[in-house]
Amino acid sequence: MVLNKILGIKNLRNRIFMKKVAIVLSIFIAGKQSHAQSIKPTTMAAGKAVYGKACITCHQPDAKGVPGLNPPLVKTKWVLGNKTALINIILKGLNTPIEIDDEYYANPMPAQSNLTDEQIADVLTYVRNSFGNKATTVTVAEVKTARAKK
Amino acid sequence: MKIWFAAMALLVAINASSCDSTAIKVNDLSQQDISIPVGFKNTIIVNTLGRNRHISVAANGDLFVKLEKLSNGKGIFQLRETNGIWKVIDSFCNYTGTGIAVKNNFLYASSDEEVFKYTIGSDGRITNVSAPEKIITGLASKRQHASKSIALDNAGNIYVNIGAYSNACQVADRTAGSPGQDPCPILEEAGGIWQFKTNALNQSYKEGLRYVTGLRNVVGLDWNASNNELYVMQHGRDQLGQLNPDMYNDTTNAELPSEEFILAKKGNDFGWPYCYYDHLQGKKILGPEYGGDGKKQGRCADKDQPIMGFPGHWAPNALLFYTGNQFPERYKNGAFIAFHGSWNRAPMRQGGYLVAFVPMKDGKPSGPYEIFANGFTGKEELMSTGDAKYRPCGLAMSADGSLLVSDSKAGRIWKISYKM
Repeated sequence: MVLNKILGIKNLRNRIFMKKVAIVLSIFIAGKQSHAQSIKPTTMAAGKAVYGKACITCHQPDAKGVPGLNPPLVKTKWVLGNKTALINIILKGLNTPIEIDDEYYANPMPAQSNLTDEQIADVLTYVRNSFGNKATTVTVAEVKTARAKK
Repeated sequence: MKIWFAAMALLVAINASSCDSTAIKVNDLSQQDISIPVGFKNTIIVNTLGRNRHISVAANGDLFVKLEKLSNGKGIFQLRETNGIWKVIDSFCNYTGTGIAVKNNFLYASSDEEVFKYTIGSDGRITNVSAPEKIITGLASKRQHASKSIALDNAGNIYVNIGAYSNACQVADRTAGSPGQDPCPILEEAGGIWQFKTNALNQSYKEGLRYVTGLRNVVGLDWNASNNELYVMQHGRDQLGQLNPDMYNDTTNAELPSEEFILAKKGNDFGWPYCYYDHLQGKKILGPEYGGDGKKQGRCADKDQPIMGFPGHWAPNALLFYTGNQFPERYKNGAFIAFHGSWNRAPMRQGGYLVAFVPMKDGKPSGPYEIFANGFTGKEELMSTGDAKYRPCGLAMSADGSLLVSDSKAGRIWKISYKM
């Protein structure tokens, strides 16, 4: 009996602890979801369409690039880091040696300044939140600002 | 990273000398991971070496492998076979690259700017690993198509590919709407094959002969001793469709232009960057950056033609004329071509990643190409280059007349023999 009581209390304590864990977890998950939900599905769809036209050939359907030629877009500082620098790669291109994880890439990135501000914002938001990437959105205003400074 | 490669290099030796069940064994016929024609057998002689590029076999049967990335600080590995087991017996040189070729007890190897000549001693070992002769120097190397593939004739000449550091010589490279430069200034120092002497030192453009022009990039090339001519494989230009979406769709972008199998005679001009070869129409077509529309020939009508056109972007990285006696008679003097595999067929599925065979008679193809070895991707359908398991890159003939195939991805080397 005594043993049962102790066990009961223990179980109760466990249940309370588990409930607390569940609450904390659900808040955490909700937070994550609200972050993901803050990107409109239409933005992601529009970004995916731009990727399919302008990026997919060199950077590949899985965004892992081509060894020695075209750099990957998966979890690199170029994609997840400074947004203005990233926008400028689209606007101005990049023709300097790129090193990622001890690998070098030979092909130049052509400027894609013919894309609209909205297309650039969409595709960068899409890339920064696809292929295992997770980062803040790129806004049309941010692209406009970078383009104006050109 | 270096430690990793050192470990890998060590693994080659361990694999070759033990029967470690956790790794794929050398010479294990149960590991049929690539498909080859009925009547042939394939063995894995090296499991994991490095980023293998070209390979070459010496008179004593030793195999030299050139790496794209240094492994344990070395760019060339020498392997020797004893009782069917291949072991690394030496490694040397601190440069990377593609080109390597043995001729008359000399080993020639290239960095992206220079070509070196090593002496092979009577025991088969290189006698001057740290002090090779520098026979060629100062070649253009500007990131794109920088590797220098080499081939040797039987008259003391060496042929070096100097790839064009551009896609189609546009004012702004690979940029939609940017016109083609005319004349293309890159052709002055790249975009063709140069001929040099094997017995002279420090040769550069001034001492070399522009043998062939109008080639965007050649990785696979070989001297055909049966008719004493040079043959090369041209990597056709990229992104016809992406840069000109009003003229080409995803399908034609994937299929065009051809990868060209070329008989390269002194003075030939194959048309890059102004022209490309379309194997579907069977002719050279004017490039869209030079006023072309996908049909117009214009100035390309009188450019030199390839002897065969392969589907676009397959990336022919090695060419080998089979001179052995082991394979059936129809293979004699025929051409094996290793296709490294495409990337810019996307968004369509990728192509290449195979070894093809072209039967030859009197120096010309005597029939359509055949797929000789396949299955290197490890997949039914490959969409992204990075998903390929292996990428065939180099070819050589072993001392017993088998075909050796190197892989740049996992570092394998296969030996394909005819079952006698």
